[in-house]
Amino acid sequence: MNPPTTATLSIPIAWQFQPGVPDAQPALGVAGEGRIASEAPIHEPRAATRNACKVCAPLGACVVFSGIENCVPFLHGSQGCATYIRRYLISHFREPVDIASSSFSEEDTVFGGARNLRLGLANVAGQYTPQAIGVATTCLAETIGEDVPRILAEHGAANSGGPELVPVSTPAYAGTHVDGFHRTVRRVVEHFATPTPPHAGINLLPGFVSPEDLRHLKELVAAFGLPCTLLPDYSDTLDGASWPEYQRVQPGGTPTRAIRRMSGARATLELGHTLLGSGADTAGRWLHQTHQVPRMPLALPIGLRETDAFMAALGELAESGCPDDIQRERGRLVDAMVDGHKYVFGKRAALFGDPDLVIGLCSFLDEIGVRPVLCASGTRQAAFEPAIREVLDHSEADDLQILTGADHARISEVAREVRPDLIFSSSKGYPLARELEVPLIRVGFPVHDRIGGQRLLHVGYRGAQRFFDLIVNTILERRQDRSETGYSYL
Amino acid sequence: MINVLEQRRAQIHRKGESTAPLVCDRKSVAGSVTQRACAFCGSRVVLYPIADALHVVHGPIGCAAYNWDIRGALSSGPQLHRNSFSTDLQELEVIYGGEKKLKQSLGELIDHYRPKAAFVYSTCIVGVIGDDVEAVCRQVSREKGIDVIPVASEGFRGTKKTGYQAACEAAYKLVGTGDTSSIGPCGINILGDFNIAGESWLIRRYFEEAGIEVVATITGDGRVDDLRRCHGAKLNLVQCSGSMTHLAKLLERDHAIPMRRVSFFGIEDTAAALYEAAKFFDDPGVLERTQVLVNREVGRVYPELKRYRAILEGKKAALYVGGAFKAFSLVKALKLLGMKTVLAGTQTGSPEDYALLREICDDGTVIVDDSNPVELAKFILELDPDLFIGGVKERPIAYKLGVGFCDHNHERKIPLAGFEGMLHFAREVHASVMSPVWQFVPRRAARAVGQPTRTPPTPVNHPAHAPGDGGRPASIDGALHVNSED
Repeated sequence: MNPPTTATLSIPIAWQFQPGVPDAQPALGVAGEGRIASEAPIHEPRAATRNACKVCAPLGACVVFSGIENCVPFLHGSQGCATYIRRYLISHFREPVDIASSSFSEEDTVFGGARNLRLGLANVAGQYTPQAIGVATTCLAETIGEDVPRILAEHGAANSGGPELVPVSTPAYAGTHVDGFHRTVRRVVEHFATPTPPHAGINLLPGFVSPEDLRHLKELVAAFGLPCTLLPDYSDTLDGASWPEYQRVQPGGTPTRAIRRMSGARATLELGHTLLGSGADTAGRWLHQTHQVPRMPLALPIGLRETDAFMAALGELAESGCPDDIQRERGRLVDAMVDGHKYVFGKRAALFGDPDLVIGLCSFLDEIGVRPVLCASGTRQAAFEPAIREVLDHSEADDLQILTGADHARISEVAREVRPDLIFSSSKGYPLARELEVPLIRVGFPVHDRIGGQRLLHVGYRGAQRFFDLIVNTILERRQDRSETGYSYL
Repeated sequence: MINVLEQRRAQIHRKGESTAPLVCDRKSVAGSVTQRACAFCGSRVVLYPIADALHVVHGPIGCAAYNWDIRGALSSGPQLHRNSFSTDLQELEVIYGGEKKLKQSLGELIDHYRPKAAFVYSTCIVGVIGDDVEAVCRQVSREKGIDVIPVASEGFRGTKKTGYQAACEAAYKLVGTGDTSSIGPCGINILGDFNIAGESWLIRRYFEEAGIEVVATITGDGRVDDLRRCHGAKLNLVQCSGSMTHLAKLLERDHAIPMRRVSFFGIEDTAAALYEAAKFFDDPGVLERTQVLVNREVGRVYPELKRYRAILEGKKAALYVGGAFKAFSLVKALKLLGMKTVLAGTQTGSPEDYALLREICDDGTVIVDDSNPVELAKFILELDPDLFIGGVKERPIAYKLGVGFCDHNHERKIPLAGFEGMLHFAREVHASVMSPVWQFVPRRAARAVGQPTRTPPTPVNHPAHAPGDGGRPASIDGALHVNSED
């Protein structure tokens, strides 16, 4: 499709609109011209966030609630919040994501939204017959000072036998989707877990990983014969099968009865390097403090070493060695790393996204000789930089840049300086990859320019194997495409 | 059995069963999981394509982040609009006010990007903490020498419709400030086309060929200077009437420019829109050129459309879209393809819209206002369509139940407007309805059990979905050998 005045249209990417150069032909100008910066920018804007590398806390809450069996997420605020978050999640997961809203009006904003919240809860109960409704607040509800726990308690008391109502406070002005995710996991555990006699099961709190990751984690735990409560578990609810008949709420998710019993578990495995420190107010810590469930904090098992650590932890709990199948999977990974090491060694990588994913990938790249030169996250976390330095044993570059609380504009600025050979990020990294003409390896969330984002496997030996093959083949493909000879044998 | 919420019953009709007007134009029921968005979203839809303006969202990060480069609105020049700028308010700013951060953000961004104008969108929280956004905008405007325009788009103010109006008010602040002396006698504006996948370019080309000058496409491939001088046009053609009627009315009131509601979707409506403008100017040359253009273009696409029609004849379609005008065009376009509309719904239709929709639909068609996923699933099960037309939020409902789907929203990347657009639409409908994958979907597979012979799907030589030669059934007549020559 061409504009009428030009023969060909090259669509410039978002940030090729360079500062200081007015559009040469404002009305239907020739594409691609007049935007090459002839002078250095005066100074980069810092006050505003430009192309955020994060979304808001209620999204994290909705993902967690979606991973609880027969639970409907509900946002207390304007209906746009629910609609936007639904749209955003659907673009990645390609699954129905029904999020209810109390649909605030101007009147509710002035006089309070309790009436609408109660009506909304009744309607969701009627339409979906859920076991639980997870009510997350938006910045609007928080700012006008809605006492959601009280309203829910009253509503629950007046409607006995109705769904369990779980409140969580997730204002968008405090933290990101990652914080919203962890906070909601904690609130869910606090809400449901009741004193339970000790049992043989373990708790596994994986953090915001893909449905494929969740499936693989369950498989690994099962291979050790350990009964496990995985929370949240959206491996089916956000990556389900085609329906034989209509489903009000997608089947799957962590059963609430299992969450109740988490207080009696043998241990809680809590994944995520950034949760290791003492500061984080996590569900695992609460289970330890309140119910004396031993907490085993571990990094996300991405790459060989972190997966080894995860396997060791499972082995310790199961009092057994690593099952043969998994051993062989590990063996194949090491074998592949040997086969492909030459192609990747010394390559420079930029990584950005959720902190624990970036840290995990860094750790894996360090194992194969790829040098991270830019590691960034939109979520502000003091633990991020030390964690990155800690996992880089072999390949810490002299010019390594670590950014926390960064936006994509800042990330792009730094990337232009450090000139990576490869970018690891969500689909949000595409404009930068296009600008720098380097391959983008899509990881994490959101992936909305490819299908299968929900089936990306990041964890375990198998995840590392997939990544390794992908990285090597991406480099080979590029070399092949750019070779004059066009070798067909590499 | 799926029940509809009691409060929503009056917003659903089945044509032929009731003559009472459909209840609409009301606030969404809490907890109903409406497919509607908020006022902020409406404002962003309208103003987003203005490519040389700075768009700053004032509030916490969510609203701006969910909006980043999600639309297919193309620009032939600057790409500034594709960025997402936010004041990203933090807790302390919510407590002590965000004016300072807004002012600093605007100043820095304007210095850096040198936009032609700036729009500042208020989000819910700004309306509550009482930031004086207008004062900040005035001050920055004075200091930087460009228009800095506040948009009253707090989400809680209402649905997209409220936001459309706020956006029209904001855009109108620019109108009338530019020089119109170079505009010829046959100038029009096209309002409510957002240049999704280059549709404004396509439409503009038609008019230019007919000898009609397009002063401004508002806001597709939009520029600040176009808005400034659009009052120099003689006629406003309003496509997405829900979003742009307000601006057209302001132009009519203050500049005596008449407006016509048109649609550029489908052959009939595109031709009607072109003739509407041609007749307005009462210039035989324009009319003649329009006739030539319409005949040529229809002749170009019709043979292929007819082949699709032969395959799609009798198939059933359900549609749930944002505005009613799109729904009218879709019903007609589907008819052209031989398809029957069994469900027609919109997020924000008016009583007149629904009356007209009822008129053009067949008996038995379900007409619905402000529906939700549960109802849409119910309709799919009851009406059993072969195709669903909607936006991203409707897609998974259709797919999970094994129904083909066409995106007719702002995120699509294929132009569906104009004559060529109709062809793209037909191809997409065909690819969606005739794909062999549906036979494996459990809901349909279950139905196929007990059927004596396996009914093979009908792959055709489709540009984007060429299935190869294998499996081409011989049972269907010449319609099979559709060959799109593009």
